[in-house]
Amino acid sequence: MSKTIKVDEVWFSYSPGQPVLRGVTITFTPGVTAIIGENGAGKTTLMKLLNGLLTPSKGSVLVGELDTREHLTSQLAKYVGIVFQNPDDQIFKSKVIDEVMFGPLNIGMSLEEAHRRAKAAMAELQITGIEEENPYDLSYPVRKRIAIASILAMNTEVVIFDEPTIGQDIAGVRLLGKIVTKLGAEGKTVISIVHDMNFAGQFFQRIISMAEGQVVADGKPEEVFRDWGGLKRAHVSPPSLVQLADALELKQTPLTEEQFIKYYCQERLPKRNR
Amino acid sequence: MIQIERLTYYYPHQEEPALKELTFTVQQGESVGIIGLNGAGKSTLCYAIMGLVPHFYHGTISGDLWVNGINVPDASLGEVSQHVGLVFQNPLHQLSGSKATVKDEIAFGLENLGMPREKMLERIEWVSELLGIASLLHRNPFSLSGGQMQRVAIASVLAMKPQVIVMDEPTSQLDPAGTAEVFAAIEALRKEGITTVIVEHKIEWLAEHCNRIAILADGELKAIDLPGKVFAQPDLHEWGVEPPVYTRVYQKIAAENHSSGVPTTLKDTVERLKAYEQNNQG
Repeated sequence: MSKTIKVDEVWFSYSPGQPVLRGVTITFTPGVTAIIGENGAGKTTLMKLLNGLLTPSKGSVLVGELDTREHLTSQLAKYVGIVFQNPDDQIFKSKVIDEVMFGPLNIGMSLEEAHRRAKAAMAELQITGIEEENPYDLSYPVRKRIAIASILAMNTEVVIFDEPTIGQDIAGVRLLGKIVTKLGAEGKTVISIVHDMNFAGQFFQRIISMAEGQVVADGKPEEVFRDWGGLKRAHVSPPSLVQLADALELKQTPLTEEQFIKYYCQERLPKRNR
Repeated sequence: MIQIERLTYYYPHQEEPALKELTFTVQQGESVGIIGLNGAGKSTLCYAIMGLVPHFYHGTISGDLWVNGINVPDASLGEVSQHVGLVFQNPLHQLSGSKATVKDEIAFGLENLGMPREKMLERIEWVSELLGIASLLHRNPFSLSGGQMQRVAIASVLAMKPQVIVMDEPTSQLDPAGTAEVFAAIEALRKEGITTVIVEHKIEWLAEHCNRIAILADGELKAIDLPGKVFAQPDLHEWGVEPPVYTRVYQKIAAENHSSGVPTTLKDTVERLKAYEQNNQG
């Protein structure tokens, strides 16, 4: 029931007269959605409005049927899990396993279930074996994975990431892409702020582009990443493969290497086609 | 110029070296990108060039590391820091935390060098234009977004115009526009003859803006060469790295002998693919 989040005509200001969000309307539904746009466009503020950490100055945010103005973040946490950009804003326990179990216990899971889910989430993030270590003895990319595991362990219907790929190497980026895709396939609502357009193009079904506190584009990656006007307003460039397709004047929009090769051979090497 | 010879380093109480027998030279004004998996030794190498390894982290070091003729492991941190600037991954680790405006933050390092006010203002203007932060000079550094904050952190290092600048994932917190600005700044530094060593996961950017790419795996230097040569190596996957996406699709479309080098940038790939089409349409 709480898989949908309705953001309706939301305005938000940290200080009077300086709105950071200016009339944002979005309905988040099951599937994987990326939010793109330059720093300062209002992406992180929007994210904090989705679980009641912030409440709108004007307009409303509904998590399922629950209005975020009438419910505490602790009540909404059962439905919406957020992984912050900086793991150090999130991690505070001195043992990794306690950290990953904290969220599940907090939303009322039994000790047994919390432990089981924590172990499963750690296995998924490929960080098994560090349960007894202090997170702050571990590297930034590992702390980032701990922060992600601690939210996945809560098994919420909505999972929100703020730039999950920061500091991850190639293997880490691939793994996160796989996790995002899997969560989407399980029918969860996955929302992620993304600055790496190659990651956004490859793994996300819906792209929302923001600029100056407003939504400037909302659609499939094939559409949004070919809309140069909209991209320019959001100060982002399309994924590398789309840039290459543009430079070679391909009509179709490739988001994966396989698609690029297929479209390129169809359009530019017709004689080679079998 | 950086000269490294048979450099081996162990963190305290570690049995495995973090850096193993590294040998390579970076010419003055050259820009070298370093890639590899997390844990490969990339950050440790940055700390070694800056002298934080071994002077701050201690541990055991052997071999030589010269920066502008100074043997870093033997010199004091103060001496090294006059030649090398380090830009950290996280700007919160870089900013002093004691200055109320961006302008004062950038001035902080310059004041410590005893620079006259006029010259200081010139430097601040130069660096803020270069990094696109002129409109932020009167803001509080901690009111900025992550990306803006990182640009200020970079500016505070650049302002001191060190001969060598080492950057440890300088764009990891930045949006695409901010990333572009940092790489534009790296180009500007290269034109000014400043040596840059950049650890990054964004290979497409490194391939376009670095003279050479070095690959680290398990503390060892596996390769260092021109981007078109390094990314043509068959062992990349074993080392946990892969070529830019342009190179990957080019290799799959034009499966041929790539020993002479592969395209690694958008522009080169478009040219090479067009040439390939001409040869295969007849």
